Amino acid sequence: MQTSLGQANWISILFFAVFVLITLVITYWAAKRTKSTAEYYAAGRSVTGFQNGLALAGDYMSAASFLGIAGMVSLRGYDGMIYATGWLVGWPALMFLIAEPLRNLGKYTFADVVAFRLRQKPIRVAAAVGGILVLLAYAIAQMVGAGNLIKLMFGIPYEAAEIIVGCVMLVYVLFGGMLATTWVQIIKACLLLGGVTILTLLGLSHFGFNPNTLYGEVEKLYSASMLNPGGLVTDPLDAISLGLALMLGLLGLPHILMRFYTVPDAKEARKSVLYATSFIGYFYLIIPIVGFTAAVLVRKEPILAIDKGGNMAALLAAELLGGTPFMGFIAAVAFATILAVVAGLTLAAASALAHDLFVNVFRSGHASETEQVRVAKLGTVIFGVAAIAFGIAFKGQNVAFMVGLAFAIACSGNFPALLLSIIWRRFTTAGAVTSILVGSVSATAMIVLSPTVWVDVFHFSSAIFPLRNPAIVSMPLAFIVAILASLAVPDKEAERKFEDEKLRTYLGVGAE
Amino acid sequence: MAKTAHDIVGSERFKALVRKRWSVSIILTILLFVLYYGYILVVAYAKPLLAVKVGTYTTLGIVLGALTIVGSWVLTVVYVVWANTSYDREVNAIKKELI
Repeated sequence: MQTSLGQANWISILFFAVFVLITLVITYWAAKRTKSTAEYYAAGRSVTGFQNGLALAGDYMSAASFLGIAGMVSLRGYDGMIYATGWLVGWPALMFLIAEPLRNLGKYTFADVVAFRLRQKPIRVAAAVGGILVLLAYAIAQMVGAGNLIKLMFGIPYEAAEIIVGCVMLVYVLFGGMLATTWVQIIKACLLLGGVTILTLLGLSHFGFNPNTLYGEVEKLYSASMLNPGGLVTDPLDAISLGLALMLGLLGLPHILMRFYTVPDAKEARKSVLYATSFIGYFYLIIPIVGFTAAVLVRKEPILAIDKGGNMAALLAAELLGGTPFMGFIAAVAFATILAVVAGLTLAAASALAHDLFVNVFRSGHASETEQVRVAKLGTVIFGVAAIAFGIAFKGQNVAFMVGLAFAIACSGNFPALLLSIIWRRFTTAGAVTSILVGSVSATAMIVLSPTVWVDVFHFSSAIFPLRNPAIVSMPLAFIVAILASLAVPDKEAERKFEDEKLRTYLGVGAE
Repeated sequence: MAKTAHDIVGSERFKALVRKRWSVSIILTILLFVLYYGYILVVAYAKPLLAVKVGTYTTLGIVLGALTIVGSWVLTVVYVVWANTSYDREVNAIKKELI
């Protein structure tokens, strides 16, 4: 098929300009309401459960998962669907294990919870290291993906795309703080859910609105194997390890955890997870339909001709179904998606740098509001510029492993310490620090030595660590280290404080 | 009679609340693990089963994949319904004793 993809598409640029204009007006409005630290990091705790649910969905549903999973389904069929399920299952676990205690115990970051009854400084340093490693890996994956996608969609040079994304995102976070970031994420979530719904309905209209007919066309055109599992789950151990990282890694992603402080109390936190789970579940249910539609209507060859990874399948389907204007709209939505995700990452990194490291380590918790906000903004600029620089430095590199790395570190470094600090009376400072460091370092080392990096990136003939996903080894290791270190050096003071903490954990008494 | 924070944390009623909260959470987490890893293990070990047609073209695999997503959502709803009714009522009752 003829496509105008990759050329300056005026309709797309117009949609995108309108989006940026609206979000900048919101940022201006938010900036006037963002003076204190609670406003900068947590939108003054004024966000409702419904709004936060949408914003969480906006923070989580990335362009990579929208375009990537649609593309994977269009080329590999059912395997893309298996992959899609993994992205949802963390949300119920987040609800059952973490969400409400996290909201009750913390202030701005997940380190607040871990450090609640333990020694502030060592915990803050370890948690900031674990948190920033996760955010950096996640941001590099997003930025490199953004540069490539924007180049494919609009024909803008890679470096220019990095700078545009970085600068627009910095304006939101720097001036509008969490309030602007929240609204950018809400608008993006609505656009993405709306756009994908229209795309799905337009696609299904060619098959009498019956998915069964669509699957029939897939089977006739290719073969029944498109509708059956292929090569994705060949090694069950690796698949389970990936599943663990996706599921429990969510419970250690700093930018997701941070969103829980924007709502007034634990009940709203609970509501936000339910709404987020509903929106994200719906999203991953309909994305495969977009992929199958593209496979039938666009065909595999044109999809492969534009991008080997199939990332343009959804856009080609949009062009075929709704013409160039609709493709322009979907491309603008994908661009907005990238902005919203990177903004969330940057704000979380700023809170780790400014709130955890500067205020609680260098200033031992004593700094004026004005100074705290100023340092938070400095942290925002540092991380934003780093994200642009890394994005450009990693141009053309294979960074597919970076998202896996982020989830593996989150699930091995941050999650065990966070969970144990909530549930285990005898957990100590030594346990938390060793657990975060051993979990983060072992997950990183195992990924580097795994086939994902050692063979695919460094091109060695065989990997030193056999699994592509280390979570099944590194997460239990972090738990064991945490338990042994805590038992070896007991902390009576922390045990005593655990009893007081319970009132806040379960009843919300004294929560900020 | 007003109770201190220490009385509350030591009370049988509070301990029962905490036990109940984690029982519900752990049961739901186990169900989530069974649902998701059950699906992954079926994909790994019983590929022919997933190819069975349940419609003219729709396979059992497609239905199970969709059910894994819907099932995860249902578990979340179960937790919210429990927390909104049983847990919140008990939390409010205990908080009243504190004041």
